[in-house]
Amino acid sequence: MIGSLPPAAVMILGALVVPLLRGRARTGWVLLLPAASLAALLALGEGEFGQVSIFSYELTLVRIDGLSRIFGWLFHIAAFIGLIFARRGGSALEDAAALVYAGAAIGAVQAGDLITLFVFWELLALSSVFLVWARRTERSYRAGIRYLIVQVGSGVVLLAGIIAHARATGSVAFGPMETGTLGTNLILLGIGIKAAFPLLHNWLTDAYPEATYSGAVFLSAFTTKVAVYALARGYQGEELLIWVGVVMTMFPIFYAVIENDLRRVLGYSMINQIGFMVCGVGIGTEMAVNGAVAHAFNDVLFKGLLFMSTGALLYRAGTTKCSELGGLYKSMPKTAGLCIVGAASISAFPLFSGFVSKSMVMAAALEMNLDIVWLFLLFASAGVLHHAGIKIPFYGFFGPDSGIRTKEAPTSMLIAMGMAAFLCVFNGTWPTLFLYPNLPYEVTYEPFTPAHVISQLQLLFFAVLAFVWLRLTDREPHELPSTNLDADWFYRRFGRGLALAAGGAAARLRDAVASRAVAAAGGAIGSARRYMGPSGVLGRTWPTGTSVIWVAILLLVFLLLYYASTPLTDTFPPP
Amino acid sequence: MASDTHDTGGQVKDRGRHYFDDPKRWKRLIAILIGVCAVVFGLDLVNFVQMRMGWPELRHPERDWEGFPGYYAFYGFLAYTAIVYTAKALRKGVMRDEDYYDR
Repeated sequence: MIGSLPPAAVMILGALVVPLLRGRARTGWVLLLPAASLAALLALGEGEFGQVSIFSYELTLVRIDGLSRIFGWLFHIAAFIGLIFARRGGSALEDAAALVYAGAAIGAVQAGDLITLFVFWELLALSSVFLVWARRTERSYRAGIRYLIVQVGSGVVLLAGIIAHARATGSVAFGPMETGTLGTNLILLGIGIKAAFPLLHNWLTDAYPEATYSGAVFLSAFTTKVAVYALARGYQGEELLIWVGVVMTMFPIFYAVIENDLRRVLGYSMINQIGFMVCGVGIGTEMAVNGAVAHAFNDVLFKGLLFMSTGALLYRAGTTKCSELGGLYKSMPKTAGLCIVGAASISAFPLFSGFVSKSMVMAAALEMNLDIVWLFLLFASAGVLHHAGIKIPFYGFFGPDSGIRTKEAPTSMLIAMGMAAFLCVFNGTWPTLFLYPNLPYEVTYEPFTPAHVISQLQLLFFAVLAFVWLRLTDREPHELPSTNLDADWFYRRFGRGLALAAGGAAARLRDAVASRAVAAAGGAIGSARRYMGPSGVLGRTWPTGTSVIWVAILLLVFLLLYYASTPLTDTFPPP
Repeated sequence: MASDTHDTGGQVKDRGRHYFDDPKRWKRLIAILIGVCAVVFGLDLVNFVQMRMGWPELRHPERDWEGFPGYYAFYGFLAYTAIVYTAKALRKGVMRDEDYYDR
């Protein structure tokens, strides 16, 4: 039966049953669904399925090729691990939302046409917002609303682009596109919002830290990676993306250094990592795109692991703020250890996953003689080491003792983190066993050359040395409770102020118009009253004789007018 | 709305001293780090000699300027330091109170 369903439908339809289930039955069901969905995907093999014709447009509901298959694998693994993590502290609402969300992501990367892509694009937004709202705090409610507005807005821009593109070309097929036309530019912008392009990025750092323990794990896996997939599908070799990617790798590292909330640090870190992927897509060679896709795969695992370890901190310690944490390794040593595996992976230490994927993008940049780009990416790699490699584990678990004592993370969380950690090491140590053979293009890259290992170890260990020096001499930025202004200031403060000011002006205008109108109406009523009221001239009761006089006057006026308007010869014709 | 909840897992007994409570452990870790740094830097010096002598190299540079011994070590150290100082400067411009957007 599964074989006849699109893989995306398995989890989306399965989610409908989740609210009816409790306890072990629910656990069994939600873990069965990703497995069944993956089986459906693998049973299909490569090709295009589910062709439908609607309004003269050819839709392809399922397209499985090298690019969509690796993302399919990734999203199934991420959903499975995330659902294990969500066994403690999660609700049926989160399970259902996560399943629909994962299904939508799978549907989006398998969409063979832009209309199907759009439908799943919006479903991603609508399902994922519940992972923010499920936290049930005032802050998460507000952040969720802002998130939803941006996400749905991204879909609207995408739809506008699709319409323009379809009118111009007559086709809604989703394949390589050239920027320069209204349609393709708008589609790129719509994707760019979901990919957290610079200045369009704050929905991510705003909403993810406000999500539930497990919600942030799912959020980090799907939305932005669907966007990376869409860029890789449509805009390979688009030069603009190289520089967009470079900016994305650069600016978040500074914000991440001074951010107090560890889950917001990870939000900035995500933008930084997506920057490497966007850059790879922009370079557009086979090695660069392979690198972008491989890094997306690894990023979901190590970023998921880091979001899980900070989620476990939130679950046990009740906070993820650096200024309130410290010394938690004493209570949660296993979580701390797993967090370090994630930190080593994102920092790209040899034998950990970042090492075998990020470097492909960088090697591709060098191969294309983009030396400046390469230097920026190298700089950003040192930044990754700071905020993700050191800050997350150090300030989360090893910093000065906060006095918080709690239990180790629940077993289900440890299992989920353990699986992610295993995959980080597995991909980092044996990339040729699964990761490289499943990339869209053939891999000729060899990560474990002495040159790469030595240069990377130098970069990382001397950066750690810089941390030790800065820390011991009290030059490291202090962890302070704070909010840092970013591009979201423009809509959360400036735009809000503008809206309130405009509202105030509109209210004053309305009041002025209304008071004039009331005064004018009052005057009219007054004069009507004066003439027609009980004591007014026209309102008096008149004797019958007066009416007769008025009728006579009217007749006289009529006669006079009649004579005046008619020549005398007509009135008195000559005999 | 319900407030945010967390589960500390009940009363927790602390078993007293922990691994990094002893400053010596930190010092040992730093000593190991310095040792590793010396080794990876040393490999580059070996490489430099190999390059000069025309022997097969450990690390063949893609560009002339990155063949400089310890190029990546300097880059890592300086980039890290530059990031920290830039971020501290950024903080002067963008840092606000924690409840800035809640007011």
